[in-house]
Amino acid sequence: MLTEDQAANIFSRIKKFSTADEVEGLFYGGRSALTRFANNTIHQNVAEENYGVSVRTVFGGRTARATTNRFDDQSLKDVVKASEDLARVQEPDADLLPMPGTGEGARPTQVEPSRHFAETAAVTPEQRAGGVGKIVSIAHRHKLTTAGIFSSSESIEGIFNSRGLSNWHTQTSAEISITMLAPDSSGWQKSNSPNVANLDPQALAEIAAKKAVESAGPHEIAAGKYTVILEPSAVLDTTGFMFFDFGGLAILDQRSFLNNRIGKNLFGENISVWDDAAHPLQSGPSFDGEGLRRQKVQLVERGVVKRLVYARASAEKMRKSEYAGKVGPIEATGHGFPIPNEMGEGPMNIVFEPPRDPKTVDHMIASTERGILVTRLWYIREVDPYEKILTGMTRDGTFLVENGKVVCGVRNFRFNQSLIEMLSNVEQMSTAVRTSGEESFDMVVPAMKVRDFNFTEVTKF
Amino acid sequence: MKDLASWALDTANQRGATYADVRVVDERGRALATKNGKIGNASDSRSQGFNVRVLVDGAWGFASSADLSRGSIDATAAQAVAIARASAQVKQKDVQLVSEKAAVAEWTTPHKIDPFTISIEQNLALLQKIDSELRSVKGITLAETNMNFRREELWFFSSAGADIHQTKVTTGAGYVAYSFAGSEIQKRSYPNSFGGQWQNKGYELIDELELLENARRIGEEAVALHSADQCPEGAFDIILESSQLGLQIHESVGHPIELDRVLGMEANFAGTSFLTLDKLRTLKYGSELVNVVADARQEHGPGLGTFAFDDEGVPAQCTPIISNGLFTGYLSSRETAALIGLQRSGGTLRAESWNRLPMIRMTNISILPGEKPLTGEQLISSTDHGILFQTNRSWSIDDKRYNFQFGTEIGWEIKNGKRARMLKNPSYSGITTEFWNSMDAICSRDEWTLWGTPNCGKGQPQQVMGTGHGAAPARFKKVKVGSAYKGN
Repeated sequence: MLTEDQAANIFSRIKKFSTADEVEGLFYGGRSALTRFANNTIHQNVAEENYGVSVRTVFGGRTARATTNRFDDQSLKDVVKASEDLARVQEPDADLLPMPGTGEGARPTQVEPSRHFAETAAVTPEQRAGGVGKIVSIAHRHKLTTAGIFSSSESIEGIFNSRGLSNWHTQTSAEISITMLAPDSSGWQKSNSPNVANLDPQALAEIAAKKAVESAGPHEIAAGKYTVILEPSAVLDTTGFMFFDFGGLAILDQRSFLNNRIGKNLFGENISVWDDAAHPLQSGPSFDGEGLRRQKVQLVERGVVKRLVYARASAEKMRKSEYAGKVGPIEATGHGFPIPNEMGEGPMNIVFEPPRDPKTVDHMIASTERGILVTRLWYIREVDPYEKILTGMTRDGTFLVENGKVVCGVRNFRFNQSLIEMLSNVEQMSTAVRTSGEESFDMVVPAMKVRDFNFTEVTKF
Repeated sequence: MKDLASWALDTANQRGATYADVRVVDERGRALATKNGKIGNASDSRSQGFNVRVLVDGAWGFASSADLSRGSIDATAAQAVAIARASAQVKQKDVQLVSEKAAVAEWTTPHKIDPFTISIEQNLALLQKIDSELRSVKGITLAETNMNFRREELWFFSSAGADIHQTKVTTGAGYVAYSFAGSEIQKRSYPNSFGGQWQNKGYELIDELELLENARRIGEEAVALHSADQCPEGAFDIILESSQLGLQIHESVGHPIELDRVLGMEANFAGTSFLTLDKLRTLKYGSELVNVVADARQEHGPGLGTFAFDDEGVPAQCTPIISNGLFTGYLSSRETAALIGLQRSGGTLRAESWNRLPMIRMTNISILPGEKPLTGEQLISSTDHGILFQTNRSWSIDDKRYNFQFGTEIGWEIKNGKRARMLKNPSYSGITTEFWNSMDAICSRDEWTLWGTPNCGKGQPQQVMGTGHGAAPARFKKVKVGSAYKGN
């Protein structure tokens, strides 16, 4: 693994080769491996090691970036020159701020819990194959076919700039995703964690298998508005579409569904959401793309969007804008993306606040007269950016619930659902858990029971 | 490069590989963008590395590294073999590959102007002019432009003796204008949405696209959408302009014909396919007018799926996919071809970069133009009542590729053979085979465009790949329209 000392040495050479007013080096990379299985066989099995540095240079209000994965002197000279060539020819931007110094990008004063686990970093191909072997055994026992992944990785992220700021983060990650397939049904489970010890392939496989078996022979029922019980992955993959709109620049650009809606009752009173990089179930570095420390921010309080997150430049711009009095507190919160970029910032460590009276999914089922239990959603896309209408499909375990019991599997639905309405119609929630899906970044989200969820079509399976 | 590959192949062979290949990649990219008159992105990237793919004990292993030193090459080859041995712990049967003659070849994307030789000032000046033109339209609240160039040098060597060197050049550009008013965000993009038009071509593409010439119209349409009528609900005859038809092909033909999906290899992520093996040469996929090919050859055009050899050394080919409406072919690789009894791979295995495993990817999946002369104007004039859909805004399809829903940025009602009122928020949906069987007209060659989709995601770890889709405007009968807004 590339160490912080090695990166500091590379950055000192970059500084030496640069003629720019200011220089920044963003380091990334690591070692990763992924064992993929299908048809009860490991069919793909890959490993990678790669590190890179992205060099940003600044000349009087002009900035650009160039990236390389080679660290010899000539490659570093080339990457510095490429960055400088791109920056020099631009028109100066009066809004471009000087790079942050050590004060703004200070490291945490107290030691944070490590997200690097030696056991995860040391996972071997044999261990992953062993885990897959257990999953395949469970598939055989249930007369099912299985497909999925077992991955492990060790990664670094770091930032240095010519004003003395430096931040460094190392972490590990392990992930298991399992699909169990029967002739006309399927079930799915996925989990990830910085610590491989938190993953239980057999338990995940058993749940996925149970879903595949119990949804066999799916019935077709008519599309329409239903009470739905969305398991956490389904909540993650829908709600994830709204959080990039919680950046200050999204409002300044007038591309956010929160335009003219901040401070108003937008969702149900039971919805409160934080961005909290230090949350014990969260992952990733404690600093943003400029090296600023990520602050804990309450985005939604009892259904009201209270405030936004900001990169430094967006906060400056917002203070001078016509929206300044309408968007809540304005300050750089440590959520900026590497500069230059078009998105500005975004909250990437979402945590839903636990409900006062959390319910399990089993309780949600037991309290439902008629509804649909949804394991997972798929191919979600935004239909309407202001009403935040999303479309997508259910997948891998969709069930009819009647009189408090799961009755049968049903054919998959297409939904066209406004997120604003969905989060206004939440009747019950579970405790929030670390969740991983396929359409959004990982978050800490609950399962939700939602009334009047809008299914518009049914597919053939 | 040959020495480097020989070290890796020797190490793999000595450690027990029955087959091995090595890919070395050196790629360079440039991304420029403006946003509301300022620089949105100005970045260059360079990435070099290699991978070793091996078959040991009948199972696959793959390892990659950016370190091109002798020690790293040996270690990476040894790692690939160790990984393959672990794979062999969980297998049902040995991997078999159909045979392929080992090629020795050199190829470069035909291009007139190396895009990296055009000054950054010239590129930014063009983007700023477009940006300014878009914002000169009252009501435009956000303007974004982009220009992208890529050059990939790829070397492929195999234990069977293949020695292939290819250089691919890619250019892409486009822009989008947003308008927020009242309770609506509307947008228009040119020449296509989500990054514009992309081809395997040099800078000459930028000149061909007439970017600046269309900017004002695009800005005006974005603002006009606010006062347009909502697209109605119901069953209508619809016309898809060629870029939207290109995406329709991508989602409802290109993905379901991937043989790895059909065989369950993508079941956990991208999904499977309704095109089970019994449907080959028996399924009536579309109407008699529907002819689709998977064509990676240079003569098909400068698509993002054009190359000389795929990433396991198989020459570019043209495979008939739908012939006069009948389903006739899959996208295959050496391994999947063997699994279904084909004699040869269709040559569609590609990887995003040096650190990714090649997998079946769409090449240029194109619908052939109609043989009878038919212009876009004639297509409209022969339509009594219908809706014209232009420029994709949203797309979604189920994991077997049956049920789809697409939204476009703008629609136009067609009445009595004429383009009538503008419609906002248009969407249509359906079932794949029912939809393609409803096609009753397609324009001829002059209206056919080879579109580039630069952002197709597949695989774990996910890989993004460029694919090509040739299409001409076409008409479909009695399609379900408007359900995206039903109930909302």
